[in-house]
Amino acid sequence: MIVNLLSGDKPRSAVLTALLVLILICLAGAPFIFDGVRPLDTAARICIFILLVASYDLLLGYGGIVSFAHTMFFGLGAYGVALASTHMGRGFDALLVGSLSGALAAIVLALLIGLFSLRVRAIFFAMITLAVASAVAVLVSQFSGLTGGEDGLTYKIPRVLTSANRMGEFLGTRISGKILNYYLVFTCALILFLLLLRIVNSPFGRVLQAIRENDFRAEAIGYRVVWYRTMATCLSAATAALAGSLFAIWLRYVGPDTTLSFEIMLDILLMVVIGGMGTMYGAVIGATLFILAQTYLQNLMGGASEATAGLPLIPDLLDPDRWLMWLGILFILSVYFFPTGIVGRLREGRSA
Amino acid sequence: MAAAPDHKPTFAALSLSERLDKAMPVLLVPLLVVLGFLAIGTPSSWMTLTVSGLAMGMMIFIMASGLTLVFGLMDVINFGHGAFVSVGAFVGVSVLIALGDWTGTASLLLNMSAVFLAVVAAMMVTGIMGWGFERIIVKPVYGAHLKQILVTVGGLIVVEQLIHVVWGPDEIFITRPETLKGAITFAGAAMEKYRLLAVAIGLVLFIAMRMVLRRTKIGLIVRAGVENGPMVEALGYRLRMVFIGVFVAGSALAGLGGVMWGLYQEVITAGMGEKMMVLVFIVAIIGGLGSVEGAFIGALLVGLMQNYVAFLEPKLALVSNIALMTAILMWRPQGMLPVVKAK
Repeated sequence: MIVNLLSGDKPRSAVLTALLVLILICLAGAPFIFDGVRPLDTAARICIFILLVASYDLLLGYGGIVSFAHTMFFGLGAYGVALASTHMGRGFDALLVGSLSGALAAIVLALLIGLFSLRVRAIFFAMITLAVASAVAVLVSQFSGLTGGEDGLTYKIPRVLTSANRMGEFLGTRISGKILNYYLVFTCALILFLLLLRIVNSPFGRVLQAIRENDFRAEAIGYRVVWYRTMATCLSAATAALAGSLFAIWLRYVGPDTTLSFEIMLDILLMVVIGGMGTMYGAVIGATLFILAQTYLQNLMGGASEATAGLPLIPDLLDPDRWLMWLGILFILSVYFFPTGIVGRLREGRSA
Repeated sequence: MAAAPDHKPTFAALSLSERLDKAMPVLLVPLLVVLGFLAIGTPSSWMTLTVSGLAMGMMIFIMASGLTLVFGLMDVINFGHGAFVSVGAFVGVSVLIALGDWTGTASLLLNMSAVFLAVVAAMMVTGIMGWGFERIIVKPVYGAHLKQILVTVGGLIVVEQLIHVVWGPDEIFITRPETLKGAITFAGAAMEKYRLLAVAIGLVLFIAMRMVLRRTKIGLIVRAGVENGPMVEALGYRLRMVFIGVFVAGSALAGLGGVMWGLYQEVITAGMGEKMMVLVFIVAIIGGLGSVEGAFIGALLVGLMQNYVAFLEPKLALVSNIALMTAILMWRPQGMLPVVKAK
């Protein structure tokens, strides 16, 4: 049953299995295990980013295609929900319409970009997605009448999902709509993640891997490389848009910085590479570690920076704002030395 | 034994449409200028816009030329190219600020020597940095596009953060040297002096680059290397060394572009190179990856397009470049002047 749910793609490492089970338990029980608002918010972010990173891994790890437009699709989903909620009023129908139209828009855009650039050379895709994504980000901040510009949009979601909705106590925790909202995010992310796992372990996923390894040979065997690559792009775009919708439902706010910025794109890249490309579990490990580090490690760096305040240059290097630099170095090193990421390492350790 | 059949090769003259098709990329720039005139209407604003479009195009070309040559020669795509632009701008501007006495007076000689020193310092630093970047970041991942993209993006992040460490997190404002402030009025059109200077520098650089590539031995080797690398190596040239040279030169040019762009905008941020990369990529793609002439034409098109559209419909400026790229890729999927690879 579990193997079926995982589409036969077992973790294949005791440590990895333990880690995954731990993450699953923590996420599933987050409202009851941890106290306070911040851990719950962190848990919701982890769920959403696992989904987002997994959808990116479908493209990068399985398809071997680098895209810089993943945040654009993420943003499309988020803005879909935001716009629908603003114009249709609060309600589940607005959330549904918003998510679906966001995903649809993402698919159409991905199809267009894919047909344009993947036809020529896969490397064009990386550059063209970068250009298109930045153009969309600029458009969103300029058409402030529709999108709220740099300030973004705040809107109302159904009252059932907000903390105003109190539903008594359970296991010593007050159950509010916020927790209901968390479980909505958690369940959707889990289902979509399992769906992605199904996709990459299907014949379609195998062909994608074949194309990644040798596109010329795959074409010669008779697979239409462009079609497969474009399909992968569309699927991954749609999932990213849905992750964006979940993010919008959770935050009740969308803005260019939280959904469209290039920084988030870099975060996604780091998560995929550090976790492990070419395996969906890499997304789980990468996203969890990264978000935890983002939330808690910066405090630690602040402490270290103050502790070394007397020395030249070192406090500047350890400044909490500079943590991206250390991640960048880690990123380069992991591309060189552990191209398979943490998950790949764990799996190797077992077979050796 | 039958006589060999008569063989009279005939060279049919190219028809007009064939000639037009060949010359089209070069004709696109004047065409766009004329279209811009028709759309804008008033000659004076059209002239101002054309000059600033050309200036912007020249600066983008300076940044893009290195990138496109590096790709043509070694199939290396450097997403970290923008880092050199930022570093060049910061080094150059630091020198200019340090030489505040020279830039503050209205003496052309002192102003120009300050700018010259700033440019030299920026190009030296970015050139050396390019050498290090090639050694540390690019060299281990030759031949693997996926890893190249990832690693060079990582390099971009690290360099940008290092800029923050050295120069602090804030943007730096800079005023142009006295003699480069203000504008010249010609036939009712105001043209900023600095933009005219940028156009001149860009033109000189393009001609110099073309001369080096077309008339010198090293240029011959570079062009041959772009077309057919293994054959050049088989003839005994160490293409690796040539490549490192081109990489360093390209990085130094990016640094020069950074100084010029910083003075153009009068403000510099660590993220400016990253932003410029978008335009640089568009230019490299529409010109045809690996082609310097293509990048030149592409850069002029992008610069003019951006300025015209920004005047007519400000919100669509960046989108217009995406539209331009889409249109050109529909017409020529490999870019305007694709590099012919002998394979």
